[in-house]
Amino acid sequence: MREATTSERITRNETIVERTSDRELTVTRTFNAPAHIVFDAWTKPELLKRWWAPKSFGVTLFECAQDLRVGGAYRFAFGRDPKNPEVFSGRYLEVDPPSRLVFTQLYERMSDIGDVVVTAAFEESQGRTRLTLHQLFPSKEALEGALASGMERGMRVTLDQLDALVAEMR
Amino acid sequence: MNPQTLAALGEPNRLRIIELLRAGPRPVNDIHVRLKLRQSQASQHLKVLKAVGLVEMEPRAQQRLYSLRAEPLKQLHEWLDRYRHIWEARFEELDEIVEELKQKGQSDA
Repeated sequence: MREATTSERITRNETIVERTSDRELTVTRTFNAPAHIVFDAWTKPELLKRWWAPKSFGVTLFECAQDLRVGGAYRFAFGRDPKNPEVFSGRYLEVDPPSRLVFTQLYERMSDIGDVVVTAAFEESQGRTRLTLHQLFPSKEALEGALASGMERGMRVTLDQLDALVAEMR
Repeated sequence: MNPQTLAALGEPNRLRIIELLRAGPRPVNDIHVRLKLRQSQASQHLKVLKAVGLVEMEPRAQQRLYSLRAEPLKQLHEWLDRYRHIWEARFEELDEIVEELKQKGQSDA
């Protein structure tokens, strides 16, 4: 079991983060598995719990409620303190297993930013799956506000986003 | 990485000032007019940005000229590189899960 993982690590797939416009961010990554498996890992709570809040960051996913159908709601609560969690919530706009998932995302601590529309596309080719995670912010200001304030709190959703902004500033 | 740098960037008007200064140094009057801020507001924001070292001020004739300092932004970028690992950390754990599911699928078949 461990050995299989180690050989995967050698050919670790690259995570690419791009600010594709002043209100869009895109994360891409390839997985060495067919799309239905990657899609399951994204949509089954018992699997999602194991990766969405990485152990190495010392945070836990306390709540992971989801009603996986068009119009269905979801709510993720995570962090270090269950009494004061970070919460992401929203609704599914498109559910098309195993290739596409579209949902709104509200970061409740910064609800003035509004809904981000997230599109997760799973494209299978020769047994591997390329994931494209596209995030559309309501405005340029919302994206920048999210990045900057998110950074301040050490929040994850926005970190790669600020990276893109700073790359542009250099 | 200085957390105050991030806090300073957390205010939308301060981010706008940073964006504006990317094009080159500007006097405070120009900044407040272009960004449609009150002069007192612009001065206050510039004071915060200066305190964390994101901008520096140089008196020139009757004006105060503000410019961007690269060093904190470079630090920020290095800091971000570490944080980029959040997605990477997630995806690495996801790799392990898909590997498990793949093997489970094979043994079920």
